[in-house]
Amino acid sequence: MTTPADGRLDADVLVLGGGPAGTWAAIAAAEAGAQVVLADKGYCGTSGAAAAGGNNLWYVPPEGSARLESIERREVEGGYLTDRRWMECVLDLTWRQVDRLARWGYPYPTDATGQVRRSSLQGPEYLRLMRRQVKRAGVRILDQSPALDLVRDVDGVVSGARGVHRQRGNEAWTVRAGAVVLATGGCAFLSGALGCNPDTGDGHLMAAELGAELSGMEFSSSYGMAPAFGAQTKGRMYQFARYYHGDGTPLDVPPGFAGRHAVPRAMLSEPVFARLDLAPPQLHESLRWAQPNFFLPYDKAGIDVFRDLFEVRMVLEGTVRGTGGLALSGDGCETTVPGLYAAGDVATRELITGGRSGGGSHNGAWAISSGTIAGATAARFARRLRSSVTAAGRHGLLPGSTPAADVIRAVQDEVLPLERNLFRTGPGLRDSLARLDELWTDAVPSLDVGANPQRAREAVAMVAHARWMYRAAEARTESRAMHRRDDHPDTVPGWAHRLRTGGLDEVWVQAEGTAAGTELAVEELAS
Amino acid sequence: MIEIVSAARCIDCDKCVDVCPTNVFDAVPGKHPVIARQSDCQTCFLCEAYCPVDALFVAPLAGPAEPDSPYRDEAALAAAGHLGDYRTWIGWGHGRTPGSLRDRNPELPELVAAHLPGVSVQ
Ligand SMILES: Cc1cc2nc3c(=O)[nH]c(=O)nc-3n(C[C@H](O)[C@H](O)[C@H](O)COP(=O)(O)OP(=O)(O)OC[C@H]3O[C@@H](n4cnc5c(N)ncnc54)[C@H](O)[C@@H]3O)c2cc1C
Ligand code: SF4
Ligand code: SF4
Repeated sequence: MTTPADGRLDADVLVLGGGPAGTWAAIAAAEAGAQVVLADKGYCGTSGAAAAGGNNLWYVPPEGSARLESIERREVEGGYLTDRRWMECVLDLTWRQVDRLARWGYPYPTDATGQVRRSSLQGPEYLRLMRRQVKRAGVRILDQSPALDLVRDVDGVVSGARGVHRQRGNEAWTVRAGAVVLATGGCAFLSGALGCNPDTGDGHLMAAELGAELSGMEFSSSYGMAPAFGAQTKGRMYQFARYYHGDGTPLDVPPGFAGRHAVPRAMLSEPVFARLDLAPPQLHESLRWAQPNFFLPYDKAGIDVFRDLFEVRMVLEGTVRGTGGLALSGDGCETTVPGLYAAGDVATRELITGGRSGGGSHNGAWAISSGTIAGATAARFARRLRSSVTAAGRHGLLPGSTPAADVIRAVQDEVLPLERNLFRTGPGLRDSLARLDELWTDAVPSLDVGANPQRAREAVAMVAHARWMYRAAEARTESRAMHRRDDHPDTVPGWAHRLRTGGLDEVWVQAEGTAAGTELAVEELAS
Repeated sequence: MIEIVSAARCIDCDKCVDVCPTNVFDAVPGKHPVIARQSDCQTCFLCEAYCPVDALFVAPLAGPAEPDSPYRDEAALAAAGHLGDYRTWIGWGHGRTPGSLRDRNPELPELVAAHLPGVSVQ
């Protein structure tokens, strides 16, 4: 790639975001012969949900009927919004790419029977390895370099992006590219959920400024359980939990994951305490090695989770472990905007997991597979660079007077509380939407970019995200998968279709027919 | 949140500055990095994992620790071996075994089924 003197870069493919989706995309694009630049807001290797949290994968052997059974189970749990072609494709691609991780040297564990087990990836190890492979593939990495907006050519084809180097006094960068892969993750609204603060929905905003459509934004009410003193949303161990009142008497809720709905409901009226009573003592040591970053905060706080009662709370993970995101218009992870591809949590994951990602695994598999697909198709698309490109960003890029922190706090007031976002009602959603719309019309145009252009764009992105979420949630007058309407508690068969949404000044929602078509071509993508 | 950069241990490699996903530290030429934006810390512990000399301590709290908190008592934390805790857990550093080799996640459903018949697990 060439580096013009004015600090601009040219590439065939620009990848925004360096989590699992972005790193797999960058590698796939480079393997397809493209010159690739990858820009991350943070550091490719530590940034994003997976690096901090780790991923159990939807990793099912091809033999026998295991895949079919897993697909059928998920079709039910996901609320019949999945697409079987995509599920088969993702299972296949994930299987192959995980195999490559082994060849690249990921230190997989061996079980008591001597079998190597590959379904779990510990975050720091996984993303450190991915960074190494990205570099080996010849990709140029820009760390600590948040993208602010996209650029397009005269035909409206996405042709790169602009951003800043935040550790170099916010010096501006522009990368012109033949195609762009968005892999900027979901949006957890700076809730502090483990590893999620870099994920503020920036990619959704950039795409929406070019008219991109989103899908499944009502599936955005994912909360993770965390210690009350912290926000580490490692959830798997709570399957062993029993729950208690503050005085130590048991709460009348089912233990473990069965209490998924009852426990947050109880939190509306009192502090809730937990203890991992159900964990068999013989397994305590194994559990520690299964989820070190679940135990680390409790260890540091001097709490023995098997012996002591400890207060827990729910922390919003939004569309990180929700499933809504940019709609895909084709089998190559194309968005509805030409030249723009989406992978990982920035894209809708309804195709493989419907309206619920609970039980983990699907999102991480999706990041691997959609990253691989998006990188390969973007490389194929990458066209000759056009000399004249114009910036597509329209909001939160000029000096103003409203502090971004004020806008962020105002959005958080609407989306973080359980009684607004988890237990939804029509009046509650409309109440929030009125304030969110007002933020959009009054506060966003006067945002202060000042010393922190990244933060201003994050504020805009979060307002937009919240409006898509609640507009879609208001439209879906039923409860399905993770979307709960207390005023419409039943699942209505006629609602078994996906919802598209989009727009910035005017937010719209409309029904989408279930996608159908031919088998996805996986063969050429994973070698 | 990040509470301690140990002046006694830090070798000014600026690795923590490079890797922090939320840009909490500032490098200072010829000196130890400083915690410049603590309120941006997301308590992910990853700087602890990367610091080569266990000079960092991240308290498990979502907000800053009180001034007299044990989480700010560097001498006591160092004596108890708590600086760089996460690096120990994940087995990074010379002579350590990667924690991922001991990862029991994949076996969890089988292990639990064997010990807790009738309980469905993930
Ligand atoms: C605590 C926790 C546990 C989880 N456990 C599991 C599990 O067991 N199994 C599973 O399948 N899934 C799990 N998930 C979900 C899984 O981690 C995500 O689906 C996965 O990380 C998605 O990958 P991604 O690359 O799309 O996004 P991320 O990993 O979030 O990466 C997004 C990247 O984009 C960058 N970025 C954001 N904005 C910009 C910008 N403006 N410019 C440049 N870069 C930007 C960020 O810095 C980040 O590096 C878990 C999530 C959490 C929070
Ligand atoms: S990583 Fe550790 S040794 Fe290096 S600068 Fe940071 S605190 Fe100092
Ligand atoms: S804990 Fe995470 S966010 Fe906080 S300073 Fe360390 S690396 Fe940065």
